[in-house]
Amino acid sequence: MNEQVSSTGTTSTGTTAPPAQEQKRVERAAASTATPTSRLDRVLANPAARNLGLVAVLLLICVIGVVESGSSFASQSNVLTILRLASTIGVVSVGMTFVIIGGGIDLSVGAIVALSSVWATTVATQDFGPFGIIFTALVVGTACGLVNGVVVAYGRVVPFIATLAMLASARGLAEKISDLQTQRVTHTGFIRFFRAEPAGIPVLVLMFAATAVLGWLLLNRTTFGRRTFAIGGNAEAARLAGIDVRRHTVALFALLGLCCGIAAVMIIARTTVGTSSHGNLYELDSIAAVVIGGTLLSGGRGSIVGTVLGVVIFSTLNNIFTLQNLDTSDQAVAKGLIIVAAVLLQQRVARVPGTS
Amino acid sequence: MDLPENLRRRSFLLGAGALGAGAALAGCTGNSSKDDTANVAAPAASSAGGGGGNDAIGQKVVVGFSAPAADHGWIGAITKNAKAQAAQYSDVELKATEGTNDTNQQISQVETLINAKVGVLVILPYDGKALTEVATKAMDAGIPVVNLDRVFDSPLAYRIWIGGDNYGMGVAAGTYIAKAMKDKGVSSPVIAEIPGIDSLPLTQQRSKGFADALKAAGFKVANRVPADFTPEGGEKAASNLLQAAGKIDAIWNHDDDQGIGVLSAIESAKRSEFVLVGGAGSKNAMDAIKADNGVLKCTVTYSPSMSSSAIKLARLIGHSKGMSDLVEKEVPTSITLASATVTKDNVDQYMQFGFTS
Repeated sequence: MNEQVSSTGTTSTGTTAPPAQEQKRVERAAASTATPTSRLDRVLANPAARNLGLVAVLLLICVIGVVESGSSFASQSNVLTILRLASTIGVVSVGMTFVIIGGGIDLSVGAIVALSSVWATTVATQDFGPFGIIFTALVVGTACGLVNGVVVAYGRVVPFIATLAMLASARGLAEKISDLQTQRVTHTGFIRFFRAEPAGIPVLVLMFAATAVLGWLLLNRTTFGRRTFAIGGNAEAARLAGIDVRRHTVALFALLGLCCGIAAVMIIARTTVGTSSHGNLYELDSIAAVVIGGTLLSGGRGSIVGTVLGVVIFSTLNNIFTLQNLDTSDQAVAKGLIIVAAVLLQQRVARVPGTS
Repeated sequence: MDLPENLRRRSFLLGAGALGAGAALAGCTGNSSKDDTANVAAPAASSAGGGGGNDAIGQKVVVGFSAPAADHGWIGAITKNAKAQAAQYSDVELKATEGTNDTNQQISQVETLINAKVGVLVILPYDGKALTEVATKAMDAGIPVVNLDRVFDSPLAYRIWIGGDNYGMGVAAGTYIAKAMKDKGVSSPVIAEIPGIDSLPLTQQRSKGFADALKAAGFKVANRVPADFTPEGGEKAASNLLQAAGKIDAIWNHDDDQGIGVLSAIESAKRSEFVLVGGAGSKNAMDAIKADNGVLKCTVTYSPSMSSSAIKLARLIGHSKGMSDLVEKEVPTSITLASATVTKDNVDQYMQFGFTS
């Protein structure tokens, strides 16, 4: 979980950096957690193959939905409702994927969403208009993420503990700022903009899609992404390869904070208010989505596509239970079973070595 | 007059402990329902008819007051109302302890008040069961206890219980909807319900009252989607509900704070074929009912003004007087407050009770 920087505290800047070619090779080596042994394993090491299990689960749920509820499930407006409900937690989960791949965890996401939403909807903030709301939410979210990252990376506090502290204090601060009042957004234009549906697709869903695409590109097509895998796979090897592990860790938490800020804007738009009760249990929902998406909690492996599928699976499940007018307790049980089933399925498909 | 902070939600009896623990960990604000009027409706109440002789200044009564921490609006209003009501009387001295959600601490606070030899105790226990013993001790020491809302385990622990009526709240909502459907001539209406947290006894009582009242009219709840007393949860539940039912005739949403999200979802979906009934009686809800330009036509109350009444009762007990409109020489042992049905016709009378959520 926590990247062990050597106890002498020397950073990689002291050593001469290896040539770029060599650096890439070592990074790749550090990122790979298991060497594929057979051809089958090599095929399955492809993340796309690992997502097959999830797609199967999602299809199964959809088939059940169509069989049970028919047209009311398969209608365009219902599909958009499912995606709209998935969008807020989806954005948070994309950020969470990065932190978990990098070997960390963040329990404070819900509290950061609450704090950002409250700070962005105070009377003083709203005086600056809709952009003031958006700007404040993003800045507060990112700042909280930065604090998390600094405490983890430079304070050497285990992420679980550091973000647990943030969970408590951010929500407490949100309650203080709002004085436990529910703060209404006075700018109708702000609400209208986010309620719009250009080309029939809600703005919130577009935001989720954009976040997912950008996240995928960042993770799979940039040095930043490669380094994230390297750090999560083996922090010490990554450090020796010349990656500034601590700075990168701060960046990962800040990125998740930014995602929480975006989610806060979305939730303000959806509910027309900012309140300290927003973001309830987001930490559990997002971690669950990331985990069933095939990301290893120990870091070093994961995929944005899997996370998105995970979020959509839970959102669809929730929708089907409501359409069927079923008990929420049954829903909670089903959710638990799906988490276990999906992870077991992935392990079969991916033949994950016992070490992970 | 200045209204106390909004009522946000109120943790309740049994669910509260578990919820509270979860809240501390999961950052979920241990919520429950809140209710209406964080009022300083106390003054209005005290000038109501029948106050006459009882309001005359008598000997000094020292009233001890203990409640949970004001971590959400409803409890905040309870504490504020108690102080405001005590300030109305020159012959009442209120000794209010710091609110706490730690049962141990609340017990020692009550013990402190017993040792200080207060005349009467007003206690809203964080957990009724856990505070029963110390309340009994107070009664044994000759200090009458006024038990507010969350009830003690034993009648020996209090002189009088005063609190809200969750079942009655459901009945009020069900009765209103049943009548609205009959007036419209809808024979088999699709009625939906958006409760708060299902595991809380208070939610179960509300739902039972609602179902019973509908049953009496020959109707039943078709769709039920629990939320969690938050605007966010309300929005989620309502979004799914509107997909589940293509046509709805009436919805009862248990809680007006959660109702903000419910209304937002309804606006997003551009639906308006139903009548919406709220619960608790927030200022927002009352404003909407008064404006009469949306689906929200009614809300049923659950009021923190009960703590003003508790202080008045404590004073009467201290003066050994009965309630002036009753014949008896002493106050009763139990008072269940009615849940009022607030509609466009009477909203003006209830506006002062509407709390800002």
